[in-house]
Amino acid sequence: MTIKVYGSMFSTATLRVLLCLAEKDIDFELITVDLASQEHKKPHMLARNPFGQLPAFEDGDLKLFESRAIARYISRTYAGKGTDLINPDPKKAALEDVWLEVEAHKFDPVVGKLVWELCMKRFLFGQNGDEDIVNEEEKKLGSVLDVYEARLSESKYLGGDSFSLADLSHAPMTNFLMGTEMKRVFNARPHVSAWVADMLARPACVKVFGVSAY
Amino acid sequence: MAIKVYGSDFSIGTYRVLLCLAEKDIDFELVTVHLASGEHKKPHILARNPFGQIPAFEDGDIKLFESRAIAQYISRTYADKGTCLINMDPKKAALEAVWIEVEAHHFNRATTALMWELCMKQFLFGQNGDEDIVNAEEKKLVSVLDVYEARLSESKYLGGDSFSLADLSHAPMIKHLMGTEMKRVFDAQPHVSAWVADILSRPACVKVFGVPVY
Repeated sequence: MTIKVYGSMFSTATLRVLLCLAEKDIDFELITVDLASQEHKKPHMLARNPFGQLPAFEDGDLKLFESRAIARYISRTYAGKGTDLINPDPKKAALEDVWLEVEAHKFDPVVGKLVWELCMKRFLFGQNGDEDIVNEEEKKLGSVLDVYEARLSESKYLGGDSFSLADLSHAPMTNFLMGTEMKRVFNARPHVSAWVADMLARPACVKVFGVSAY
Repeated sequence: MAIKVYGSDFSIGTYRVLLCLAEKDIDFELVTVHLASGEHKKPHILARNPFGQIPAFEDGDIKLFESRAIAQYISRTYADKGTCLINMDPKKAALEAVWIEVEAHHFNRATTALMWELCMKQFLFGQNGDEDIVNAEEKKLVSVLDVYEARLSESKYLGGDSFSLADLSHAPMIKHLMGTEMKRVFDAQPHVSAWVADILSRPACVKVFGVPVY
């Protein structure tokens, strides 16, 4: 198989790449990297991602890391296949890029901490989340989602009228959090709530995550 | 003027956009936003960037925020003008995209606190940086630059043989830190050091920042 993804189903970044491939109905091989035994820090993985993180990616002789770069590569290279994830109109694509950056810089830092406290600590160590951290990050999530609520009141998807990579990029973290008490933060905002429901009901999301439990 | 940049001195994001425009020899109007008076949090700027940050950008009726999204827009829309900042070959562009993400996540995280402690606190409040924080952050920067040294031992620029947005994206932060004690961290790695000297002596960098003093 030409396309290989080195990752883990516990890695939201891996899931970001798997969602792209699912949206575009592209075949690939998933090579599971065992986080628990620190496999991602071993030489054979550092050779693929010098920062020792997941995922790493291969398409023939092209080797990439950083899930958002991989997602962009898949979206552009396979532009004719499956869902269009980057708008062919450059002005519309520019708006999608804005919200891709918002995901990376405003959304991800906050939801990353919450997913760690409320999901990963349980999966990996059987531990509960730190209540103080969760409370603090919940407030930040509320502020960030206020901006999303305003944006999604103007347009159905973050980049405009069509679903794009800008929306998809949020799905892995959002899916984890909708299975936790943080569900209330998303549901308190009607346009955000509708956008989440729409996105997580997409066939690609169902395929990668399973049917939404909530 | 069709292109307007709403930004400020000491704003890494503003410089990132100005460098793109300079590389491509594109005319624009810089509208200064006064950080010290909190102008970036006022309604007229929040209307342009709902997170109350700079820069914000306008090209005719296109309004964008997030400097890396703006840089992508300029690079693609004005692909034929001045320096080519995104490789025409999609596989090479994919490698550039990897290092654009590395800057956004690993480099940015290892340098933002140093910029605050060693530059901003002085500029805004006339204060020195916190020594403990600087020491801790310096270690992170060293680790990140070890990866850069390995990469730049294989290729002249981060994305490959040609200068690209991947390299440009680093220039504003590097420029500021090279004027501080952190210079020693960049200088300690021979390929990193050569790369820094090369990018900061580019005509566009000289135009935006002035002649390097070091």
